[in-house]
Amino acid sequence: MKLRKILKGIYALWYREFKVFQRERSRIISSIFMPLFWYFIFGGAMGSVVNVGGDYRHFIFPGFLAMTIIFSSMFNGAYVVWDKKIDFLKEVLISPLSRTTIFFGKALGGLTDSLLQALILMIIGIFLGIPFTLVNVPLTIIMLFALAVGLVSMGLIIGAFMESPEGFGLVSSFAVYPLFLLSGALYPLDNLPTWMKILTHVDPAAYAVDGLRGAILGTSAMPYLANLGVVVGFDIVAITIGAWAFNRMKL
Amino acid sequence: MEAIQIKDLTKQFDGLIAVDGINFSVRKGEIFGLLGPNGAGKTTTLMMLSTLLKPTSGQAIVNGFDVVKHPSEVRGSIGMVFQDPSSDDVLSGYENLKLHALMYDVPMADIDAKIDHVMDLVGMKDRKDDVVKHYSGGMRRRMEIARGLLHHPQILFLDEPTLGLDPQTREHIWGYIESLAKGQGMTLIVTTHYMEEAEKLCDRIAIIDHGKIVALDTPERLRHHLGGDLVFLTGKHLDAEKFKGLSFVQSIEASNHTLKLCVTDSVKHLPKILEIAGPLEHLEVHPPNMNDVFLHYTGTEIREDEGDVVIQRLRTYTRSKTK
Repeated sequence: MKLRKILKGIYALWYREFKVFQRERSRIISSIFMPLFWYFIFGGAMGSVVNVGGDYRHFIFPGFLAMTIIFSSMFNGAYVVWDKKIDFLKEVLISPLSRTTIFFGKALGGLTDSLLQALILMIIGIFLGIPFTLVNVPLTIIMLFALAVGLVSMGLIIGAFMESPEGFGLVSSFAVYPLFLLSGALYPLDNLPTWMKILTHVDPAAYAVDGLRGAILGTSAMPYLANLGVVVGFDIVAITIGAWAFNRMKL
Repeated sequence: MEAIQIKDLTKQFDGLIAVDGINFSVRKGEIFGLLGPNGAGKTTTLMMLSTLLKPTSGQAIVNGFDVVKHPSEVRGSIGMVFQDPSSDDVLSGYENLKLHALMYDVPMADIDAKIDHVMDLVGMKDRKDDVVKHYSGGMRRRMEIARGLLHHPQILFLDEPTLGLDPQTREHIWGYIESLAKGQGMTLIVTTHYMEEAEKLCDRIAIIDHGKIVALDTPERLRHHLGGDLVFLTGKHLDAEKFKGLSFVQSIEASNHTLKLCVTDSVKHLPKILEIAGPLEHLEVHPPNMNDVFLHYTGTEIREDEGDVVIQRLRTYTRSKTK
């Protein structure tokens, strides 16, 4: 198929996802306020008992950026299930577009949603005194982008296999909470018990959080590029499985 | 040239045969009707022809392309108006159509003009910017019909396109659909429950029951197959036995106080029938319509099914409203 058709198809699906995103303001508002609640309430409370060698709330801010990406990216896959329910997916699958094109269009839509939410949170971060600079802002955005690509794909994979929103909720929770809780978003990973530490090594979000913390706060376990490399590796695997899942998806 | 050729097309779901080795072909520019009770296999057939379902066995060629080997080319040749609403109700009518135009590679510069044109045809031009959620069921249907026409497909599938529409809109839409087939050489495959519509519009009709094609011909010839006119006699002392063995009576069906006879040359033989019947409370003679044809081939009154479909559709609407 011609490149123009493919790009137009991706634009078509992005156009739709973006329109839906614009109209569902409650989702945008809740996705921004949830991390803020965590920041002030959880951060305030834990900050009084935990010593991370600095302001605890600054320590967890990169974690909340990752949290926004994790939750909104994975949740995005629920739209595939919803599209099956309202029969909208039929309209898309009957078009001449290939399943792979449809996957990329949907992924781009989800990516836009997630990144916009994270960007709004970053702007709020400036007012909270997070030390953003002209150097670390691009590094932060690149890392968030890389994390979102893989997680949006994961959400779409789950969506492709699930038939009910309840099923999607259940399965995605099993993925979202370990990803989030083992990412080091809320606490340093250095002193965890060995079995947990092993699990954090297979959590792509942990590398993203480490990279973000390194970029924004200057403290990290691994160099930025090493972290980014791992996340990009995760992206490639997730995209490959995602395109495959869409190609075998049944109505 | 044939627009569609189907050979031994079969679909099984977990051992259940939904479509059982059907064969037919549709000529270019033809309006082809698929009639059958619910669950007969009409929608499954359309799903296979549009590549949304893979056949278990057999072959289907659509616009010269095999549905299994070249699904993308097949999808590029067809348009579909689904039985259930398949638009996004968070988007406006215009946005749903724009999305469709982009997916089908309509040139960017033409998109807005084409959307105006098709929305005008279904009388929805002034409502195109409203969010679909605020459309009535009929408006949503009209918008989806407009969407199916937007990219000028060579073959258009319409699954119960006018179900739930008021008679004026139905007539309006059928008028347009007919002009598409005749004027632009578009081939139309239609499933419908409205017998009068099928009879009036379709060049040929296939009656499908239990996954098999039980009859396929022009509406006139299908009627002719019954072998005569239908004579309904109602009276207290009717005896079906007396009519047996008469050369001009093709079939007899008896139900409480009413006999239904299929009679050749009814005008000529009516006096004889009345003589045998004796005193009557009611007499009716009419040439068979599609309903009678349908009943003859499937043993089912199509009207019975209609309610189910409407209820099913209402459920779909409710589901999308509880979003």
